[in-house]
Amino acid sequence: MVDLTQTPPNTSDALQRKLKRRAKISATIRYSVLALIGLIMVYPLIWMIGASFKTNAEMFSSPSFWPKEPTLQGYIDGWKTSTPYTFGHFFLNSLWIIIPKVIGTAISCTLVAYGFARFEFPGKNFLFATVIATLLLPNVVTRIPQYLLFRDIGWLDSFLPLWVPSALAGDAFFVFMIIQFLRAIPRDMEEAARVDGANTLQTLIYIVVPLLAPAIISVCLFQFMWTMNDFLGPLIYISSVDKYPVSLALKLSIDTTEAFAWNQILAMSVLTLIPSLTVFFLAQKYFIEGISTGGVKG
Amino acid sequence: MAELHLKSVEKTYGNGFKAVHGIDLSVKEGEFMVLVGPSGCAKSTTLRMIAGLETTTGGEIHIGDKVVNDLVPGKRGIAMVFQNYALYPHMKVHRNLSFGLKLKREPKDKIERATAEVSGVLQIEELLDRLPKQLSGGQAQRVALGRALIKQPEVFLFDEPLSNLDAKLRASMRVRITDLHKRLRAEGRPATVVYVTHDQVEAMTMGDRICVMKDGHIMQVADPQTLYQRPANAFVAGFIGMPEMNLVPAELTPGAAPVLTLHGQSITIADGLASRISGVQGAVTLGIRPQQLEVVAAQSDNALTAEITNLEFMGHEVNLHARIGDADFVAVVPSERFDTTLQRGDPVGLKPIGSHIHLFDAQNGSNISIAAD
Repeated sequence: MVDLTQTPPNTSDALQRKLKRRAKISATIRYSVLALIGLIMVYPLIWMIGASFKTNAEMFSSPSFWPKEPTLQGYIDGWKTSTPYTFGHFFLNSLWIIIPKVIGTAISCTLVAYGFARFEFPGKNFLFATVIATLLLPNVVTRIPQYLLFRDIGWLDSFLPLWVPSALAGDAFFVFMIIQFLRAIPRDMEEAARVDGANTLQTLIYIVVPLLAPAIISVCLFQFMWTMNDFLGPLIYISSVDKYPVSLALKLSIDTTEAFAWNQILAMSVLTLIPSLTVFFLAQKYFIEGISTGGVKG
Repeated sequence: MAELHLKSVEKTYGNGFKAVHGIDLSVKEGEFMVLVGPSGCAKSTTLRMIAGLETTTGGEIHIGDKVVNDLVPGKRGIAMVFQNYALYPHMKVHRNLSFGLKLKREPKDKIERATAEVSGVLQIEELLDRLPKQLSGGQAQRVALGRALIKQPEVFLFDEPLSNLDAKLRASMRVRITDLHKRLRAEGRPATVVYVTHDQVEAMTMGDRICVMKDGHIMQVADPQTLYQRPANAFVAGFIGMPEMNLVPAELTPGAAPVLTLHGQSITIADGLASRISGVQGAVTLGIRPQQLEVVAAQSDNALTAEITNLEFMGHEVNLHARIGDADFVAVVPSERFDTTLQRGDPVGLKPIGSHIHLFDAQNGSNISIAAD
């Protein structure tokens, strides 16, 4: 044991300075490593943004991300596309899928999760097991039966197969996520609301939904990003070009031209990223609260 | 305000566990009834059945002249204060208070008037624009109280409302709640209250009457004084009072001066017992409160000789723990009368005061010494 009372003051000062210096060095090393790895991970993205302002000729001649002669030509030509429609049209198509899907998911998953988390009803355990089972089922397995089903309903080449299942709480993952979040919320508030005279629906709307907000926002965000990025779904169900969402439209520019106009593809890829990034940063605070609470406390 | 009656109310859970065994309880209009008992005695379940938050599996609950068994909580004319306040965390205090009235679609000016009045009574006017997370425990509890008060319910239900507060605040809130109850009574709008607690101090100080429960049965319903002085059974006797009443097996020999024998020692109780125990003899449980167990010199006449096992100095009094065989006793002696030479391990005489002796049936625990009292 070191007897601190016996240590002269100047020694303890020196010791403190040493500790401080050590902490500084350690922090510098840690952050340098983090920054380096972060940069490696984000470099393709940075390169893509830079390259979208390059000419096609420059793109493969220099590895640097900074364009020598910055040009907006990629954006201008890319926006026009090789089809009769502008890229804006494809953005709108994506939007027509995303909006009903996100809203429907938020509402339906909240309702279903509320039911599972708070009510007793016959067959609850079996139904819940079914929901979890679908969570474990790989997507690919259901592709063909789903396709046949939607073909028989006559929904091929429409947006419906892309959003209706999700809007009817078809995404078990989100239901599960909200249930886990709900389990961490004490029931007293809901009981207080019932004593205050609220019926089940009023309790859900006035009390449960505000408490669930972080989880619901996370669900919306996930659904937004995943739908925006979904390529396989539209590829399977949508055949006419005028209904293509952006994910298919990007591929379109690769298909139709013989010499790929990479600068146009990259420029449109950058535009495609913007909505997801914007939404993510707007909702970041709630998003992190939502996934951490749901995950840790659940 | 209305009366509340429970008639053979039962609660059996889905797994077959019977939590409440057909209890009968009447709470008069404007009465402050405390349900008290150890944890697991179903006092909270009973309260939640009155509130409608738990279903009733048998019997009837009457509030006023209606049977409310099948009514949702909001239609029963009750208001409830929860243990952890259960304020709506996303609403400001003002909205927390007025939420119930808004759901009832009361006119706006009436809601404002009621909110102002209640926040005035509870002195929470300056808190109206705060969120629950910005309130201290005591403030949150006052808001929770306000949320109940604003509804002007037939019956107030309190579910251990003070157990989350520190001791000092608990004492002041206790006074505040009883004051409020008295004030409402004086203003001619008496509030019928059912108050659940596990804290006997709360029960004794707040209740007009107290209902002591154990394992889903009612043990006794009485005013605090009766409960303390004439407990109906050994459970109530042991539950009410600090420190707990001494309860030890003994043998009774009746007579003009009955004789109690325990662990080979016999004492004659000259006064205050014979008239109360006609026809009782044999094995009984002797009950005597620590405050009514005199400490005398060892080997004194008519005193039990015990060995001191522990001494607790409480300041104004001393708790003397002693043992005779395997029977433990506690005696409370005022500090000024305590013989400071006594040490752990010393022999000491214990003399129960005859008029305060309780005898309980050795089998069923019922008090057999109050019949003729």
